Amino acid sequence: MSGGHGRGRAGGNGVSPYAPQTPEDTAAMLEAVGAGSVEDLFDIPEAVRYHGDFGIEAHDEAAVRESMARMLAQNGDLVEFLGRGHYAHYVPSAVTHLADRSEFLTSYTQYQPEVAQGFLQALFEYQSVLVELTGLPIANSSLYDGATALGEAALLAARVREASGDRVLVPDIVLDARRSVLENYTAGAGLTVDTYPTDAANVDLPGLEAALDDDVVMVYVASPNARGAIEEGVAEVAELAHASDALCTLGSDPVALAVLADPAAKGVDVVVGDAASLGLGTAYGMGLGLFACREAFLRKVPGRLVGASEDARGNRAYTLTLQTREQHIRRERATSNICTNQAWVALRTAMHAAWLGPDGLVELAERCVELPRDLAARLDAIDGVIAPVDDRHHFREFVAHTDQPATAVADDLLRRGYAVHVVGEHELQVCVTETNAAHVDGLVGAFEGAA
Amino acid sequence: MARYDQARWTDGSVYQPLLVEGDETTVAIEDGPLPDALTRDELTLPGLSEPELARHYTRLSQMSYGVESGPYPLGSCTMKYNPAFTEDVAADPHAAVHPDRPPETVQGTLEVLYTLQDYLARIGGMDAVTLQPPAGAAGEFTGIKLTAAYHAANGEGDQRTEVIVPDTAHGTNPASAAMGGYDVVEVPSDADGRVHPEALEEAVGESTAALMLTNPNTLGLFERDIESFADLVHGVGGLLYYDGANLNALLGRARPGDMGFDVMHYNVHKTFATPHGGGGPGAGPVGVVEALEPFLPAPHVRKTDDGFELYEPEQSIGKVHGFHGNWLVLVKTLAYLLRLGDGGLADASGKAVLNANYLASQIPFDVPYRPFHHEFVASAGDQDAAEVAKRMLDYGVHPPTTKWPEVVPEALMTEPTEGESRASLDELAAAFRAVAREDDETLAAAPRRTAAGRIDQAQAAREPRLSWQALLED
Repeated sequence: MSGGHGRGRAGGNGVSPYAPQTPEDTAAMLEAVGAGSVEDLFDIPEAVRYHGDFGIEAHDEAAVRESMARMLAQNGDLVEFLGRGHYAHYVPSAVTHLADRSEFLTSYTQYQPEVAQGFLQALFEYQSVLVELTGLPIANSSLYDGATALGEAALLAARVREASGDRVLVPDIVLDARRSVLENYTAGAGLTVDTYPTDAANVDLPGLEAALDDDVVMVYVASPNARGAIEEGVAEVAELAHASDALCTLGSDPVALAVLADPAAKGVDVVVGDAASLGLGTAYGMGLGLFACREAFLRKVPGRLVGASEDARGNRAYTLTLQTREQHIRRERATSNICTNQAWVALRTAMHAAWLGPDGLVELAERCVELPRDLAARLDAIDGVIAPVDDRHHFREFVAHTDQPATAVADDLLRRGYAVHVVGEHELQVCVTETNAAHVDGLVGAFEGAA
Repeated sequence: MARYDQARWTDGSVYQPLLVEGDETTVAIEDGPLPDALTRDELTLPGLSEPELARHYTRLSQMSYGVESGPYPLGSCTMKYNPAFTEDVAADPHAAVHPDRPPETVQGTLEVLYTLQDYLARIGGMDAVTLQPPAGAAGEFTGIKLTAAYHAANGEGDQRTEVIVPDTAHGTNPASAAMGGYDVVEVPSDADGRVHPEALEEAVGESTAALMLTNPNTLGLFERDIESFADLVHGVGGLLYYDGANLNALLGRARPGDMGFDVMHYNVHKTFATPHGGGGPGAGPVGVVEALEPFLPAPHVRKTDDGFELYEPEQSIGKVHGFHGNWLVLVKTLAYLLRLGDGGLADASGKAVLNANYLASQIPFDVPYRPFHHEFVASAGDQDAAEVAKRMLDYGVHPPTTKWPEVVPEALMTEPTEGESRASLDELAAAFRAVAREDDETLAAAPRRTAAGRIDQAQAAREPRLSWQALLED
């Protein structure tokens, strides 16, 4: 039964365990407001009153934990060699424990900056880490994920362009989900999404040139891209985009950016991507939208920005700034509808980057080049397997050709406890990081049996 | 009253040095596995040890304020207590799965999602729920896309160009409608603080795609004419959208589906106690009536004879998130629902409404619009609401939302939630009373007890310095 004062710690007695009022409190409070009962406080016409039950049973805390643990355990154990937009890296315990401090976890958006300096500084530091990694001077304090960040980039491109245009170009290998989100985000602004060709998982530059015209507002290119290849023609893509008065948006992520050439130096205007590969780890696709851009677009940027200022004591202080771009002020003319973002994930990402430091981050990034290179070589040695299919440098993942139908090979691997992507009739995609590197021997062995 | 002083670390003219002021290390990128043409020359970032970082972030946390720090009656934000155990549920190693795993290997995840879809549908009186939108505004946008798909399927896509919102709507409503390509038509409130029936009648027509409403509205008032609004909008072929921001007022007592709403979003980081995390992540599941089910985002979860599967609804709008939304937030939501059950949810709403009424009765500010529910909008009268808010910080409480909605002069939009005890509400009321007695000078000098003093907002916007690179080059 319940704990003291009818607070319902056990659950199931019709009382929220997180509402502290005792029956005596309730009675006194009702008297203070002059109401006979709690129900008297509701002004809901009888015609729309609900008298039914949801049929959701209450449980005590231990029972909820047990039943949800049992439910989740059905996921079973499987060694994942999966990527394609969602990546696993080891997240240090310090990140989890520090981010879980309740002043961070249970706070709201920093509308009162004087009492929220700590979180604001952490977000300012997150923005600064992205500025270093992208070479671009403006980074916002987060969007939802890589796909929605790409959608916002296209809307920004349409907004900043002087001449109107209605096309967005993406590579033909772009992830289907990312393209779908992009189409949803841009349809309202009258934009259509078209593809340009790739050649061995890099941009086919003449093909891109042919696809470009005066109506293109943005060209998207990714490095590493959907097939795990590092793009060698980023500067050329940017040049072609600019020649058509279009923005060049690069999709990347913070680990890769630690070693790859500075996007700003290559002429990139906007960098988007999923930054949760640092800080969050595998979370069924939950992400963190990275968004960085040139100074010229500052007042057109979607999402929240933290800036430095001074307080009444003359000390450095931080605050949300340039809020007139945002929906709570600008309403239908806002740069985006975003309100709630992924601030706490951004906090974790900054913590993880700081924990690694520049040497740790570079070392991790270099492993992300070496591990797939070495695994591809071992798979390539197996009869009936060619890896990598694309003659490129890869980051974390690569595509392998199998003489057998790819689905059959993947199913066989699954029975042996390994998950890989099927990306073509005879193509599998394999992702390896430090989190599954210890299972590479097992995977190679399974491939030998399966392929 | 208890006295509050926020922790304040001061180092010269900064409160806590930036990471980069603690250490700045440059690493050369050379002799690595990539050719020079593809790599940068060097990378410069802070390189601090774990003990140093632990201290840095602990100090930053001390200079922040959460629900566990004190009362947080931010109107429309539902800052209720976030049950600690839900963090442990979400940290279950079996929850850490990749989204592209074959469905038969993530049956646990799919059961969590399916159960949550089902429970949210029951709570909202909806026929189906998608969990993909990663926040409330994303849910609104999803609802707008569903609305557009529905009208397009009926051959009325070009005809229906307008979305109607009340003038007291959250800014996300018009912004989401505009992102969906709609023209926004604003309708004024009447003298009672509710949607003006004649104004609505005038606004509604053949070009109406949807009416977006929050109920109870921003003033905490129940839109008593909701059934006639629904008839009016449905009568011209439009849809009714429910913004779930204020659902914490209604649990177990009224359901949007029963009021005639066709599509709605739930703010699980408000109503269902998942932590706000300093601005996110949230989740904005969207519920729909049967007629809109075929358009739901892909993939959707359904039950089969031997488990759960993902499928693409036949006329799906596609995707609104790269994968399945904010999964870990959804896990915490289900844990909360299972903990409270029917009775606990209804009790939460009852006490949220009781707390708001009690608090309003204990403060010296006028509350012009009644009867309110889970939140009320008081007027600071002759005082400036934003200044009142700054001074309230000195009493160890987070102030209400200020200056909005504009129908109340010097608005203090206050939502204490069910999570505050009577004693805590008394402290909060004492803070309101103390500030109400204070002169403009005292208010202008506030806050004094927070880590930082009053911050110059104009300077931040005039000379934007948005990174340590920009700040430290000065």
